[in-house]
Amino acid sequence: MFVELNNLLNTTPDRAEQGKLTLLCDAKTDGSFLVHHFLSFYLKANCKVCFVALIQSFSHYSIVGQKLGVSLTMARERGQLVFLEGLKSAVDVVFQAQKEPHPLQFLREANAGNLKPLFEFVREALKPIDSGEARWTYPVLLVDDLSVLLSLGMGAVAVLDFIHYCRATVCWELKGNMVVLVHDSGDAEDEENDILLNGLSHQSHLILRAEGLATGFCRDVHGQLRILWRRPSQPTVHRDQSFTYQYKIQDKSVSFFAKGMSPAVL
Amino acid sequence: MAAAATCGSVAASTGSAVATASKNNVTSFQRRGRRASGTNDSGPRLVSITGTRPSVRNGQLLVSTGLPALDQLLGGGLAVGTVLLIEEDKYNIYSPLLFKYFLAEGIVNGHTLLVASAKEDPANILQELPAPLLDDKCKKEFDEDVYNHKTPESNIKMKIAWRYQLLPKMEQIGPVSSSRFGHYYDASKRMPQELIEASNWHGFFLPEKISSTLKVEPCSLTPGYTKLLQFIQNIIYEEGFDGSNPQKKQRNILRIGIQNLGSPLWGDDICCAENGGNSHSLTKFLYVLRGLLRTSLSACIITMPTHLIQNKAIIARVTTLSDIVVGLESFIGSERETNPLYKDYHGLIHIRQIPRLNNLICDESDVKDLAFKLKRKLFTIEAEVQKGVSTATFLLDGPRKKLFPCLFQLLEVACIPWLMASSSVFKASNIGLSPYVTNSLVFFLLLSFTFKDPCNYIGRT
Repeated sequence: MFVELNNLLNTTPDRAEQGKLTLLCDAKTDGSFLVHHFLSFYLKANCKVCFVALIQSFSHYSIVGQKLGVSLTMARERGQLVFLEGLKSAVDVVFQAQKEPHPLQFLREANAGNLKPLFEFVREALKPIDSGEARWTYPVLLVDDLSVLLSLGMGAVAVLDFIHYCRATVCWELKGNMVVLVHDSGDAEDEENDILLNGLSHQSHLILRAEGLATGFCRDVHGQLRILWRRPSQPTVHRDQSFTYQYKIQDKSVSFFAKGMSPAVL
Repeated sequence: MAAAATCGSVAASTGSAVATASKNNVTSFQRRGRRASGTNDSGPRLVSITGTRPSVRNGQLLVSTGLPALDQLLGGGLAVGTVLLIEEDKYNIYSPLLFKYFLAEGIVNGHTLLVASAKEDPANILQELPAPLLDDKCKKEFDEDVYNHKTPESNIKMKIAWRYQLLPKMEQIGPVSSSRFGHYYDASKRMPQELIEASNWHGFFLPEKISSTLKVEPCSLTPGYTKLLQFIQNIIYEEGFDGSNPQKKQRNILRIGIQNLGSPLWGDDICCAENGGNSHSLTKFLYVLRGLLRTSLSACIITMPTHLIQNKAIIARVTTLSDIVVGLESFIGSERETNPLYKDYHGLIHIRQIPRLNNLICDESDVKDLAFKLKRKLFTIEAEVQKGVSTATFLLDGPRKKLFPCLFQLLEVACIPWLMASSSVFKASNIGLSPYVTNSLVFFLLLSFTFKDPCNYIGRT
């Protein structure tokens, strides 16, 4: 959890809003630091987190999580974190026939139509336990990242359907939050990705967009973060709020500053 | 449960030695106690594997790509468990060289090789590997008994880099006793036959395998990719690289080399048609390959003719699914061949992507304009000459073995805060050329002090 980003977003783990979909987007840079931020943020907020990690291994998130002050192994052991490691599961699915439906079942099929098994997995992971005591505040679904599903043969519409089902369950029914990461391919003319990105942009309450600098590589400023608050359900009388900051990623934190106000320049 | 924990525990336990001590004004090579990682059940003591070293930044286990200059640009080397994707140059002249350097490095270090190609028989590829440059002392060691630990090096006390004497000796797994990271190769000579025969390698030649009746799991990949994935998974399991095989305790690295992936010879049509029927085959293959690599002690190099891929979206997806992406752009046939700015070079090399593994940041080189040059015997990577500013040449005197490791490590220490480009760069005039210098690798650094002769530098400090 980056304290400076919390300040910019005006939230703390204690009083975060519920029922929101946050879209993380990166263009020409690596936006994975935002995923690490939200993962540690929601673990510190004592939420039940279901993390669908499709692009990196568990140890990667665990080691970065330790730098940010959360222990993923302990969270997994006490049941706070349900971790779907996409890479390991893909190897299991592809090389061994599975008896029960596996969340990544679509890898075995030539023309997989939908992501229903994955949605079932998420619903099962986040459903509230009826034991009476409420251990966790609210459920959170984290997906890193959705563009990989397009690379694995799913269509943009199937992925949008999956997000829609998840939103209905997690955000509306269970009053939880969702955070998803999508890559913006920019000028690579990836139509499916553009459909996915535009569709999600219209549905989300908060969009965090990490962009590389237009002028190229810089050692002191790693990129630019655009924060956009939206209210998709209500007709917008006021214009959506948007802020832009530049950032520099350090070993354990990220520092944000206004455009052109990098400490290296001043 | 060493499978998934291998990479993590390897990273955590070997990394404690070289964590962020540099911030506290302590030498970054100080050895700290091993962090007791809860999932570290890989034996009483993690033995150093020949040809690997922990990364300075996060303790990630690194292997050399075969080109020390490229290792430097990639932040120390190729991390175990990752994929190095080489975007081939237009006429496929220079990318096979990088491919061969990678495999030759594996043979010199005693790693197991897996060579996959649809065009050439892997046995022929191995015959054409460049010969490693070993000086006389190393040749003598090579002839000695492998288990003889009394190498001459251990008797000589290191004067400058004395901390290295405290480091444990690398366990000798391969026939070559040089425990250096990153070797030099003479591209005009072939690798000695005895080295190739002593190495453990597996070949996958597509025309042979496609006709055999291996049991194929249903998958929507093209048959060539499916067979290759099964072959790789088989080797990893059989030889114990992922730690899941109870009979095999493997402490070696598997180097996988796949040539011309994505070309029509593999049965894939992304190079022929814009929206072919198999447009997801390659990306699925890369995803499953990534899953296999992340849970095993292996590193992979893939050369891909991306200039032939019609659909740019696929290139973007392939880049996301690979870890390190290096693009080669040769000047042959382009208008840059006659451009006086590029007259000394054969092409440009673009480091398109470097991964952020176990970390929020990565070791990016500040120099983005890199060009390569293939001299008679060596492959060099240099920063492009800027107008009016001449860049400094630092010649690494390779065969002087005693000197070199100290020099190289010292260089690394000096470069860890990747010295910023200052405009006061200069041409090193007299480097005290010895006959071996022409065989060494040239690589550029922008340094703030003069280099006359490597020997003098050592003497001065």
